[in-house]
Amino acid sequence: MELLCPAGSLVAVDTAITNGADAIYVGLKGGTNARRFAGLNLTVEQLTEAATRAHSHGRKLHVAINTFVHPKGFEQWQEAVDISVRCGADVLILADIALLDYAATQYPNVERHLSVQASATNLGAIDFYHRQFDVRRVVLPRVLSMPQVRALARGTDVPLEVFAFGSLCIMAEGRCYLSSYMTGESPNTAGACSPAEFVRWSEEGEDMVSRLNGVVIDRFQPDEQAGYPTLCKGRFRVEDNTYHVLEEPTSLNTLSLLPDLYNEGIAAVKIEGRQRSPAYVAQVTRVWRQAIDEVKRDPNRFQVRSTWDETLARLSEGHQTTLGAYHRKWN
Amino acid sequence: MKLSLAPISYFWPKADVQAFYKRVADSPVDRVYLGETICSKRRELSLDDYLRIANELRASGKEVVLSTLTLLEAAGELKELQRYCDQSDFLIEANDLAAVQRVAERGGSFVAGNAVNCYNASTLKRLVDMGMKTWNPPVELSREWLVELLDDPVARSIRSRLEVEVFSFGYLPLAYSARCFTARSEDRPKDDCRLCCINYPNGRTVYTQEDDPIFTLNGIQTQSGQRYNLLSDIDSMRGLVDFVRLSPQAEATFDWIDQFHNAIHNDPISIEIPESDINGYWHKLEGMRQL
Repeated sequence: MELLCPAGSLVAVDTAITNGADAIYVGLKGGTNARRFAGLNLTVEQLTEAATRAHSHGRKLHVAINTFVHPKGFEQWQEAVDISVRCGADVLILADIALLDYAATQYPNVERHLSVQASATNLGAIDFYHRQFDVRRVVLPRVLSMPQVRALARGTDVPLEVFAFGSLCIMAEGRCYLSSYMTGESPNTAGACSPAEFVRWSEEGEDMVSRLNGVVIDRFQPDEQAGYPTLCKGRFRVEDNTYHVLEEPTSLNTLSLLPDLYNEGIAAVKIEGRQRSPAYVAQVTRVWRQAIDEVKRDPNRFQVRSTWDETLARLSEGHQTTLGAYHRKWN
Repeated sequence: MKLSLAPISYFWPKADVQAFYKRVADSPVDRVYLGETICSKRRELSLDDYLRIANELRASGKEVVLSTLTLLEAAGELKELQRYCDQSDFLIEANDLAAVQRVAERGGSFVAGNAVNCYNASTLKRLVDMGMKTWNPPVELSREWLVELLDDPVARSIRSRLEVEVFSFGYLPLAYSARCFTARSEDRPKDDCRLCCINYPNGRTVYTQEDDPIFTLNGIQTQSGQRYNLLSDIDSMRGLVDFVRLSPQAEATFDWIDQFHNAIHNDPISIEIPESDINGYWHKLEGMRQL
């Protein structure tokens, strides 16, 4: 079982290596990946350097090129594939059929992983991508329960990767347009969800109000911690009831499922957060490295250490974590 | 340009569904999509029930397409999908690539629904080569995106084999989740949902704390809070769009069918849509706006 950690900068790449990541995933600057943030992601030179550093430590570098190709933009996305291969990427994480086709034809020997943005949630879809583009791994969307993950793992020969920790998307990734509905920019087309340039804060009376492109996402009283207005985690009203209609501000944490995931032969656990700081990468990587080593020693005797949970909770949205859809009750 | 009627996205009692399609038979709609696309627990109608309606609609001159589930997770759901894909009397609308693969395997053709991620000409061609007959672009795409995509030489080479269908009326399908938001709104777990969606024939509206409608809850699906309406944009679809797709609502669907039919077939007259309706996506704006 591989520990796959995020990096939005060269410093974060180093941090992930030092703290025990087996592989690191990054994105190129520009709109070709689903974490398009100012000051984030690597230039071509940095990507080469990242690959060199990863390889010198025996680790792998994955490059996410997982937004969808624009009608006049195929060359830009093709170039991102060419550059990644040239720079020494071990794996391309892809979602768009056109790009999967391009990579499979041009670079058949460079491993292709199906991005979570491709939204493959069942054996039929996995079969489609495996047969059409020979994907060597599928990253599962965060909408599946543990029994469903188990059924997929037992039903396919294609290795599977799951999200283990980090921000929780509650919608099937790649099939959510809530962000473009509100701002015009979505993960699929612009590599962004609830983009920061649309966020406004204002004090109204004693309350702090967060808005996304003018729409009130939440209103915080003085004793409440005000969180980033991710649009699916706001408080809205249904009839007379004002609550977190879609989801609370919380992060995914699957430490307690690690033995199950290990026993089912899950190929990799992925840490979310290319947009987070190197300090986040360091702490999360360290915890998960220890946990994976322990589960490998003896999955039956594995126990989550309270210090791990505490560290992860501190790094989570609203200091809360959840098993999300992996746990049937969440649904 | 022709008119198509999307599958009923909400959970209606069987008698209401049957009564609805009796009226559809006499409406000016050209193509009708039938089937449950949201939740496999909604079983008011079986495949046989839908086939019965399909045959009646066909007898009254409609083209019928059987629509399939969008978010497929459980083995049982794939099995049910297989039953739809095994029949070849009617065209299938694939809302997941699992359906594309199954129909393509038997050499059949299919409609790709708007939850299939096709954003460019090369993907479009790949799907056409696998048997796609009609393409529903993702709802977030603008007219400009469509024009540029279809202007690509790769797309031009297959355009004559392809119909383009655009979601033009109804609440926009925006997201799908493992979680059932309607059950959650009644404070019930999904496993004990008691099929509560049946109490909300138009879904449940979600308002911001400033009382603006922002979303509509429809089981595991999240729709737009305001109604999408391209009635005043019909002229900008001519020569580009083959099917104008309307999504059934619990009320007034047939009035809107007539209005769209008139707009398509009569000389362009200036039409204004209600102030609360939206058309942003078509105009390359955020979806929730009206130009």
